[in-house]
Amino acid sequence: MSETSTTPPMTAIGISAAPARRDIGLGRRYAAERRFRLYGMAAIGFGLLFLFLLLFSVVSKGYTAFQQSMITIPVEFSEQVLDRNNERAANPQKLMTANYPIIARDALARQLGVTEGDRATLREISGMISDSVRAQLRDIVVADPSVIGTTRDVTFLAHGNLDSAFKGQIDLSVDEKNRKVSDRQVGWMNQLAESGVLAKHFNTGLFTNGASSRPEAAGVGVALIGSLYMMLIVLVLSLPIGVAASIYLEEFAPKNRLTDLIEVNINNLAAVPSIVYGLLGLAVFINFAGLPRSAAIVGGLVLTLMTLPTIIIATRAALKAVPPSIRSAALGLGASKMQTVFHHVLPLAMPGILTGTIIGLAHALGETAPLLLIGMVAFVADVPGTPLDPATALPVQIYMWANEAERAFVERTSGAIIVLLIFLILMNVGAILLRRRFERRW
Amino acid sequence: MTTLKLTAAALVASVAFGGAAMARDQIQIAGSSTVLPYAKIVAETFGETYPDFKTPIVESGGSSGGLKEFCKGVGPDTIDIANASRAIKSSEIDACKAAGVTEIQEVKIGYDGIVFATDAGNADLKLEPKDLYQALAAEIVVDGKLVANPHKKWSEVNPSLPDAEIAAYIPGEKHGTREVFEEKILAEGCEAAGALEAIKAAVSDEKEQFAKCVAVRKDGLAIDIDGDYTETLARIDANKSGIGVFGLSFYENNADKLKVATVSGVTPSTETIASGEYPVSRPLFFYVKKAHLGVIPGLKEYVEFFTSDDMIGPDSPLAEYGLVAAPDAEREEIRASFEGGKTM
Repeated sequence: MSETSTTPPMTAIGISAAPARRDIGLGRRYAAERRFRLYGMAAIGFGLLFLFLLLFSVVSKGYTAFQQSMITIPVEFSEQVLDRNNERAANPQKLMTANYPIIARDALARQLGVTEGDRATLREISGMISDSVRAQLRDIVVADPSVIGTTRDVTFLAHGNLDSAFKGQIDLSVDEKNRKVSDRQVGWMNQLAESGVLAKHFNTGLFTNGASSRPEAAGVGVALIGSLYMMLIVLVLSLPIGVAASIYLEEFAPKNRLTDLIEVNINNLAAVPSIVYGLLGLAVFINFAGLPRSAAIVGGLVLTLMTLPTIIIATRAALKAVPPSIRSAALGLGASKMQTVFHHVLPLAMPGILTGTIIGLAHALGETAPLLLIGMVAFVADVPGTPLDPATALPVQIYMWANEAERAFVERTSGAIIVLLIFLILMNVGAILLRRRFERRW
Repeated sequence: MTTLKLTAAALVASVAFGGAAMARDQIQIAGSSTVLPYAKIVAETFGETYPDFKTPIVESGGSSGGLKEFCKGVGPDTIDIANASRAIKSSEIDACKAAGVTEIQEVKIGYDGIVFATDAGNADLKLEPKDLYQALAAEIVVDGKLVANPHKKWSEVNPSLPDAEIAAYIPGEKHGTREVFEEKILAEGCEAAGALEAIKAAVSDEKEQFAKCVAVRKDGLAIDIDGDYTETLARIDANKSGIGVFGLSFYENNADKLKVATVSGVTPSTETIASGEYPVSRPLFFYVKKAHLGVIPGLKEYVEFFTSDDMIGPDSPLAEYGLVAAPDAEREEIRASFEGGKTM
């Protein structure tokens, strides 16, 4: 105290000479902060740029896949062609094997005003119609045989090459023999487009059809259902198992060497390449348990194994983040350990658990490598009724279409990517909504 | 929560029943990505033509991968057919036999042409196996001595070739196509260039002579493509002077972007390949487990459908896609040998 009294008051000196300002590097520190902010903004800008580039390239290539060129013309279900000797009553097989593409071709030839055509002309006309017309017309006739002998308006798919040409994806300036549509077909195409017979419609087939070797009839239906089954299986299996495992490890298990070892292993498993899980799935689920190849259930089980570590790690982090005071308060009020965990800790950890689960599911949704070995990278045309039926997954379908030779698959590849992105967005929106409901602040 | 429980119960039940209800009613096929488009067309048309049978499942995974799955054993949890863009090796037959797959039926479906193509904007290209060998081999003969390949430009190999850096996109070593490339181009070129003599003088073992002949340079001018032809196409898009190796059907589907090279003066087409004029082609196969015939519904019908002229004849959808149909007599022989139950 005595020391302070001996020092002269500050003001006395302050009047005569202001103290030199101590250099505390303020300018330098502000500059460093500004630079850091700029780095941060640059990093975000960089990320956004690439996101934009990705979305732009996918959407600009893929939006045309949602429209498909279709031809609507009156088709005569000629008895002469379909059932010349009138044997359909005695032999129903006759209607299954009749030559349906011929009546579609004849109808189109009539529309184009080609009355007398040599074989080459007729072949070129056939080349404008999708081969899927066979099954389409057959289904009409088999469902209602009385249609034979009448004429009816039918809308069917144009051939994939014509579709590409109509959408301007085939360079028509190159030599005729170097492209898949002839000059004559282009002329007919313009004629049909002018009269409104050939028009682009919304492509529902993209969502409902299975894989097909004909691009115009190919769709992600099987892949969409396969992915949906697998996500359901992953969710139903990995969420309870993962949450139970982490609650035990975090809240009940003693801390000793064994639990440390388990923790290290779980962290390791989260980083194991996914193909390894495919190998495991092949050995355990197919070769040992005898589950069918290519089935969504095996894919779901393999992806469950892959997702579990992610969910366990996220759940443990969420449980750890719940303040200890909540536990102490619950215990102090006489709750049992289990009541504390289930009534107080778990509800508070729920948003974190959901985030972790969705990250795990999204990861699983985009996975192809583990599916390769269990036979899901495959051509599957029939829509799977149960998870035991063969199916593919969305990323698999994208991969397979990317390898196709036909031009019309290029837009479909991007179209399928858009469908996958929408699937992911829906999952994430669902997670955000759920999180909002559970979110609690303290 | 109850729905969740129900779903879980249903899943558990379906797993339990899955093991029991194993009688498979759908054909399972795996193998070569070259055969895949053809197999897909046949599988799809088969499913439409025979509504009683389900559409077969066709997996890709490469000739070797398919045959490996194929040789895992007999039974409904193993595949029925392996597609291959090369003939089965004796080591693979042994592996099959060891696993109980003793009766394998080989079915040839036709031929596939291997073409060299460059960007459509380039001048016409005339290639010889000899030039390709001189440009792409790891070691070539200069003045009677084997030296590391010194060529950097095509024009150094042959003045009539373009004055551009050598960049060749060739199928990777695990590709079935690689084998044809080695046998029909590099080995031929090796002999034509006179390198075989020098190699024979250096090594006595015949296998090693072949291996030396077909060794590809590793200095980055010959690039192995392990993916599909779409990757090769993308590489050529990026490097307009590059030359890529494609299947004939892939080239025909992208003829507006690519210009095909003649080999030994012959332009590849289904006609020149069928007649044998165009030198680089290979047969395509699939292999059927005889033990599964009559057990897996539709398997026999599928093979018969595949080998019918409606599918692999000269005027068939497969031929339209780019398959080179086998001559009439050979197709008859293929059908007869399957009917007769001939095994390997």
